[in-house]
Amino acid sequence: MPLSAGDIKTLEAKAKQLRCDMVDVTVWAGGAHIGGSLSMADVLTALYYHYLDVRPEEPDWPDRDRFVLSKGHGGLGLSCVLADKGYFDKELLKEFNHFKSPFGMHLDGNKVRGVDASTGSLGHGLPMALGMAMGARFQKQAWRTYCLLGDGECDEGSVWEAAMAAHHFKADTLTAFVDRNHMMIDGRTEDVMSLEPLGEKWKAFGWEVREIDGHDLAQIGEAIEGAQAAKGAPTVIICDTVKGKGVDFMEDDVKWHYGSIDSELAARAKASIMSGTAGAARAGAPAAGGAS
Amino acid sequence: MTEVTGTTWNVYDANTLTQAEIYGRVLCDLAEADPRIVALTADLARSTKIGVFQDKFPQRVFNVGIAEQNLFGIAAGMAKSGLLPFVSTMSAFASMRALEQVRTDICYQNLDVKIIATHGGVSFGQAGTTHHCTEDIAIQRSLANMCVIVPADGWETANAVRAAVKRPGPVYIRLGRGFEPTHYENDDYGFEIGKAVTINEGTDITVIACGVAVYHAAEAAKLLKDQDGISVRVLDVHTIKPIDEEAILKAVTDTRRILVVEEHNVIGGLGSAVADVIAASGKGCAFAKAGLPDCYSEVGYPEDLYSHYCIDGDGIVGLVREVLHREFEADEDWEDEF
Repeated sequence: MPLSAGDIKTLEAKAKQLRCDMVDVTVWAGGAHIGGSLSMADVLTALYYHYLDVRPEEPDWPDRDRFVLSKGHGGLGLSCVLADKGYFDKELLKEFNHFKSPFGMHLDGNKVRGVDASTGSLGHGLPMALGMAMGARFQKQAWRTYCLLGDGECDEGSVWEAAMAAHHFKADTLTAFVDRNHMMIDGRTEDVMSLEPLGEKWKAFGWEVREIDGHDLAQIGEAIEGAQAAKGAPTVIICDTVKGKGVDFMEDDVKWHYGSIDSELAARAKASIMSGTAGAARAGAPAAGGAS
Repeated sequence: MTEVTGTTWNVYDANTLTQAEIYGRVLCDLAEADPRIVALTADLARSTKIGVFQDKFPQRVFNVGIAEQNLFGIAAGMAKSGLLPFVSTMSAFASMRALEQVRTDICYQNLDVKIIATHGGVSFGQAGTTHHCTEDIAIQRSLANMCVIVPADGWETANAVRAAVKRPGPVYIRLGRGFEPTHYENDDYGFEIGKAVTINEGTDITVIACGVAVYHAAEAAKLLKDQDGISVRVLDVHTIKPIDEEAILKAVTDTRRILVVEEHNVIGGLGSAVADVIAASGKGCAFAKAGLPDCYSEVGYPEDLYSHYCIDGDGIVGLVREVLHREFEADEDWEDEF
């Protein structure tokens, strides 16, 4: 059932709050992967606050849906979501990146409740998520597997090994998202290593492909529901996003892949998030669904 | 093929079956009892001899094509979903092509994935260096959580595979190509992960070996006894990690001369693992390592290569004679400290 107007309003408010949390943790951590965490925040919000069947009080519940953060450097964003969902106390995030903290930039599933796979090195998440989906089917279990990739991550050959195999094994309970924020550490994806036509590539590998505005919760919801209904093939949802989304001085600026902010800058960032006006600063940025 | 019915498992004639074939059959037996067991490979179902498993359990075999990174990633995901994956591919690909997946996806997460690495060492002789693997023991033993086993022959392979199922966490079992001679006569000799097998008692020197070198070390011990009257202890240290420190230090104390023989680079493998134990004990002894002298392997029949690298019977005989003449600083108070 599509998200109602009320659902969307609630999710949008939650996404704003989570983005503010990410800003706070970036201050506590002394630096974090803020840009890519902000770009994927709306997808994470839709999943964790509407679509994923999980039990924060029972993180290892065998029948839960699985979520693999293949772009493991988004650990900042995921840990804020997990804390907010109640997997652990938000206060623990004050230790983010600190000595012997369970929370490093890339989350360790053996240390952080609710993390279904330890990730960080790119190109590892999709093969693991595929293995989970195959394992569920082999054991006749109904849970679904979701995997969020970075767009720069799609340079990795192992992503395409898994893409080929997911089609071959008809892994239709596997849904991948690509956080298409058009940026990687060294610059714009199309300058460093061109990905386009990205959707055509996934199509050629046999996937159902949906290309959406990754900040539009109605589109995200519709795409997830389409993926859930798809039979015989996995679905990839290519989410056109803005790196640093929501913070006027971070948006679409590669230097915020990883950055530090003080409390003064954090206050400005949060004000920008809550005002919801940052997008206006993006003149010339790619339109939803388009390539840069 | 001679089939023998054991007390618990069907065991097979290791003289007529290769290590990998025995692996396939033992896995079939294990899978009968354990529905979690699945087998994965990357276009090497034939070469790694899981065909018999495929015939019996076609739904439980997953061939991912020639894509080893994906192979180990999928195995990690399957283990996460509650299955017990056995992944077989050549050791070169398990230890090098997909090393990061083995390390980060499997070992770091401490997952129950069992790796059957075939064609270890120079056992695929004529295929050349790309299909040899003389680095894998060094690589795998440096991965935290990983258990590393190098069975001497088919019987020991059967034992290792059964033991691996019972041991939680990742296990790497390194096999040859399958045409290696057999040392043991059956599988009933008290195999235990982490416990060396004394296959020949001796007092003058200890030869510590793993894999096919065990057979050759045993042959060398017989020759040395007959020709020189030398008493050679031979230890089958099949488990490289966790290593049997007690057996190694006992050998140092009892014989004070140690020769380690393995089908591997002399850097980082069993020889280095044994040296670690001896160095940490503070005991001096005459010590030598046989294997590939930090070089890439030659092409040839495995037996010619074993001879070339002195890891066959004659080679070990020569090395033992050399080590027996080495001088070392003996501390006469040793035994007091044990």
